[in-house]
Amino acid sequence: MENKLSVKVCTGTLCYVMGGAELQLLESYLPAEIAARVDIKGAPCLDCCNRTDAGKAPFVQVGDRIVAEASLFKVAEVIKEMLKAEGKWAE
Amino acid sequence: MGGITNNAMIIRRELMTRIARLLMQGKLEEQVDRIPLELRPKGSTDISRCCIYKDRAVLKYKIMAMLGFHIQDEEDELTPLAEYVRQAFRRTEVSDEPLTVVDAACSACVKANYVITNMCRGCVARPCLVNCPKNAIRFEGGQAKIDSSKCVNCGMCQKNCPFHAVVYVPVPCEESCPVGAISKDEKGIEHIDYDKCIYCGKCLVACPFGAVMEKSHMMEIFRAFREKRQVVALVAPAIAGQFRTPLENIVGAILQLGFHDVVEVARGADVTTANEAAEFEEKMKAGQPFMTTSCCPSYTASVRKHIPELEPFVSHTRTPMYYTAEMTRKKYPDAVLVFIGPCLAKRFETFQDPNTDYMLSFEEIGAMFVAAGIDVAQSKPADVGAGIDPSGRGYPVAGGVAGAVGKKLAGRVDYRSVAFDGIDKARIRELKGLVRSCSGNMVEVMACEGGCVNGCDVIANYKVASRQIGELVKK
Ligand code: FES
Repeated sequence: MENKLSVKVCTGTLCYVMGGAELQLLESYLPAEIAARVDIKGAPCLDCCNRTDAGKAPFVQVGDRIVAEASLFKVAEVIKEMLKAEGKWAE
Repeated sequence: MGGITNNAMIIRRELMTRIARLLMQGKLEEQVDRIPLELRPKGSTDISRCCIYKDRAVLKYKIMAMLGFHIQDEEDELTPLAEYVRQAFRRTEVSDEPLTVVDAACSACVKANYVITNMCRGCVARPCLVNCPKNAIRFEGGQAKIDSSKCVNCGMCQKNCPFHAVVYVPVPCEESCPVGAISKDEKGIEHIDYDKCIYCGKCLVACPFGAVMEKSHMMEIFRAFREKRQVVALVAPAIAGQFRTPLENIVGAILQLGFHDVVEVARGADVTTANEAAEFEEKMKAGQPFMTTSCCPSYTASVRKHIPELEPFVSHTRTPMYYTAEMTRKKYPDAVLVFIGPCLAKRFETFQDPNTDYMLSFEEIGAMFVAAGIDVAQSKPADVGAGIDPSGRGYPVAGGVAGAVGKKLAGRVDYRSVAFDGIDKARIRELKGLVRSCSGNMVEVMACEGGCVNGCDVIANYKVASRQIGELVKK
């Protein structure tokens, strides 16, 4: 578990209403070999929606990075990038 | 249907949230005209159309729909939104036509579905021209052109072009409509024919410009709050799948918005189940070959307007909303009853229902939570559902109604259910065929694929929502 990249999908109401609900499908959207390397969890409000500098909802936290206006595609790209940077996955 | 994230949907939700926030602050009249400017400020690069001014105009009309107006009712283009706010607060009736088309946003789609591309070589054979039954093809600059005023979309040009130069360009709203109720006028603007419309909401979801809008009842509801009336929410069972929280929190959050009480429509579903089961037994004894459900108002509208031959087979049992509203009205004779539900069809049903006053969609209630800064998961859990059969909570998922009735019948009679979820053009034909041959004796029909959890106004993806509701039913 420890080596897995943590992915926190915000399930706070603001994110959920502004398109975050779709991100619940992230696990099945990711290719199996990537899904195996991440630990996806729903998270309560990440508190990004109260900040003016965080961009627009919905938010997802991949490792220590906040993805704003998150879509399935965008989150998958960030995950791949971070796995690559950590040398845990190569295309 | 509703669950696919796209920008037209996000813009709509942003607008709803802003309107709700200003209503809560009592500043809507004062600030409503600023909303389009705030969303598309000077120098904004975030433009969806030709220019910032057109974007702002479209936003203005979308707001007009959210204030409950028909866009075509506009008499003077200079009328500020503030004036519509004043009028909306004075309004005493909601109209029975639940949709309006934002003409400034519409009209971007082609008139004729067939378009000749640059691949046209202007060949000698010209089979497109020769085979066109309407003489709609002419040649200009060595390439074929289609005269949209003559074209009848038969597709002969496409079939015959040796270069595959003809493409089919759909008009998404028209293509999605199962019953041909939406079509263009001479100016290229879509109009809805309410003699045909079945309130399925498919056009609303399909339009990539977000031009088809529901006329909201938000103004009426806030007015009731303002006048300190008792406002009671009737929540459709599909709501249990809309947020990543237990139902108790959702009910708590609705109370936090200022509703006096929240009644689960699953309660009425229990009555529907009992009546439907009794009616089924009776009809089978009388020798009727099959019976269909009646709780999806879009399906019953389809039968009434397009499949009259099926009418004798539709159950006379009323919907869960009807029974719930009836009970709630007895308890609260003077309250304002607001149904909170997943779709346009239910909005239409609230017009007809003798006890329900208004409707809020899941999208709208979600926007109200956001506007009030309520995080549903953090709200104080409320008591729910003592004495509700879990099967009543399963109604919004395809198969749920037939399942509940089957459970009630408990093997007393021969019961073979078939479920149709998702009404489209082909499905309408299939339903027509039922009268001749039906493979079961109980037919459940829902207009949306997957059931009410996939209505046009839902927040959650229907697979996620179905899973959540499934867990609740098991309890
Ligand atoms: S709701 Fe997602 S960050 Fe607050």
